[in-house]
Amino acid sequence: MIRLEKRPTPSRFWLYATPPVAVLLTMIVGGILFAVMGKNPVEVIRTIFWDPLFGEFAFYLRGQLLVKAGPLILIAIGLALGFRAGIWNIGAEGQYIMGAIIGASVGLAVFPTENRLIFPVMVLAGAFGGWAWAMIPAILKTRFNTNEILVSLMLVYVAQTILAKASTSFLKNPEGMGFPGSRNFSSYPAAQNGYLIEGLGLHWGGVAALVTAVLIYILLTRHIAGFQIRLAGQAPRAARFHGVNPTRLVVLCMGISGALAGLAGLFEVTGPAGQITIDFNTGYGFTAIIVAFLGRLNPLGIVLAGFLMALTYVGGEMASTNLGLPAAAVQVFQGMLLFFLLGVDVLTNYRFRLSGGAAVAGAK
Amino acid sequence: MDFGGINPVILIAGLMATSVPILLAALGEAVVERSGVLNLGVEGMMIIGALGGFVVAVHTGSPFMGFVGGAIAGAVLSMIFAALTQVFLANQVATGLALTLFGLGVSSLGGQGYNGIKPPATTGLLPDALAQIPVAGPILFGHDAVVYFSILMTAATWYVLKFTRIGLIIRAVGESHDAAHALGYKVNRIRLMCIMFGGAMAGIGGAYVSLVRVPQWVDGITAGAGWIALAIVVFASWKPWRVLAGAYLFGGISVLQLNLQAAGSAIPVEYLSMAPYVLTIIVLVIMSSGRRKAAVGAPASLGQNFHASR
Repeated sequence: MIRLEKRPTPSRFWLYATPPVAVLLTMIVGGILFAVMGKNPVEVIRTIFWDPLFGEFAFYLRGQLLVKAGPLILIAIGLALGFRAGIWNIGAEGQYIMGAIIGASVGLAVFPTENRLIFPVMVLAGAFGGWAWAMIPAILKTRFNTNEILVSLMLVYVAQTILAKASTSFLKNPEGMGFPGSRNFSSYPAAQNGYLIEGLGLHWGGVAALVTAVLIYILLTRHIAGFQIRLAGQAPRAARFHGVNPTRLVVLCMGISGALAGLAGLFEVTGPAGQITIDFNTGYGFTAIIVAFLGRLNPLGIVLAGFLMALTYVGGEMASTNLGLPAAAVQVFQGMLLFFLLGVDVLTNYRFRLSGGAAVAGAK
Repeated sequence: MDFGGINPVILIAGLMATSVPILLAALGEAVVERSGVLNLGVEGMMIIGALGGFVVAVHTGSPFMGFVGGAIAGAVLSMIFAALTQVFLANQVATGLALTLFGLGVSSLGGQGYNGIKPPATTGLLPDALAQIPVAGPILFGHDAVVYFSILMTAATWYVLKFTRIGLIIRAVGESHDAAHALGYKVNRIRLMCIMFGGAMAGIGGAYVSLVRVPQWVDGITAGAGWIALAIVVFASWKPWRVLAGAYLFGGISVLQLNLQAAGSAIPVEYLSMAPYVLTIIVLVIMSSGRRKAAVGAPASLGQNFHASR
């Protein structure tokens, strides 16, 4: 009989081996799924994972990779910080939307003015928008002990109705011939988040993502706050004896993750999306949850995971235009990846033992 | 007798039907959580149930088979959660989220080609003559079978949890899995059953959305109903009759805001449509603050995995 046995200490090998194994398993099962759908599995997998990097149009698609990875990394790093401390901010999508709305509002309020301070102020406003939206569940959690998972998630739906209102009334383009959606930032240079290096797909969002990864890594490994976050997650009782203030921790983690999600929203709306529309948000806030786990809640791992997830987006789009693969198939693929990751992760803390009756009797 | 263009009889009859999906899903989740498992995948199981129910009903032409299909679809998806958390001991919060993301993806993949089709109509259970009785008719006799099923399930869940041996075992597993294990109960197996029950109930609830409430197939059809169901379980302190009360409260708000929209109220549509979500937050805050801490009613082993190492 096969049974699970707890390891005395978590396996370092499996800690790093889990993500690649999960990706491999997802490719295999995903390939079977694609075959059932009547596609050539090898061709689909190659289109998603190989062509964007080394294929015919790689020079363009590689740039797209950074465009998609930027917001994912930025949001996931913030989420991972909370997840490590056992604080579950699930509403990053809402904070992302609110960051975009508040940031864009600041820019649009001073519309034709040209000043080089406009964009930095918008960035601050975007971070503030996300931070403020995340403070609602944080304060309800610390003040009233309300479940932050449910509150932050409910606020996603509230943010979506505010977004609908923004794009049809208070941020609507007055010269937009009645179409919903705000002014396009590409025609407003002072507030535009353009590409810094043409062809690389690097805009300020990408820069922010990479810088944040390094900063948060330092925070986690070298700063007392990072130590407290890790302690609170791994040994809540010990954390209490150590004098970790749970209220401060919740406010800190939720605040950072909200501000980062808000930043991601602002960079997206002023850059790749271009304008506030009713559906400019594409679920990055939810996909970032997968990225956070795939990166093992480690900022540097998350950078790699963000690029991998961006690959599935870019490659998935390729597969849908070239091979007629439905866009939803990529979503299934991403969900599956998280399942395998969580499943394989058992090997980090447990090992499988083949045991006959005699061995069990001997052990007892 | 209308108040501001809203007829209270139609309002009450409407809220009983509107709240069926969240009521069923929340009842299932209440049992799951009483057994000590936190399954955040309710939204995913509901939408898979909605799709499964819709597809089966369209192909068989029978709404009843549709609801059975919805239950099976929800239960099958919940088995993924059960396998990961009970066998592979994965984190329940993360796995539940994964279940929701996966369910939303699968439903939007599988639902392609079903847009614009009308499912077979689910008709009233009792003869029409009864439903014609003023006031009492629409409220008591005018519903389809699933509405009565949902109330029956509330009573059944309450009775089983409170008065039967099975209910006692489920609660023991949820309160202290080590003690239950020491008594010889198969903790993980009992939890697996509860998770499957929760999946089936969420599936039926989802099928009610796609077969009766909307009735057609749209991407993301459940629109957060699963999350509201999760909130209702907390609101209800894990007690079935309070789940019913909570579900009816939210059903009432949803019907009221739709009626206000239709009646051309001065309040903008956007603010009305965010009302159910804002209300959920307010109720959660009230329930979790002060003397009546929601945490008091929570099963002691909620969200913790069990591994029989001794």
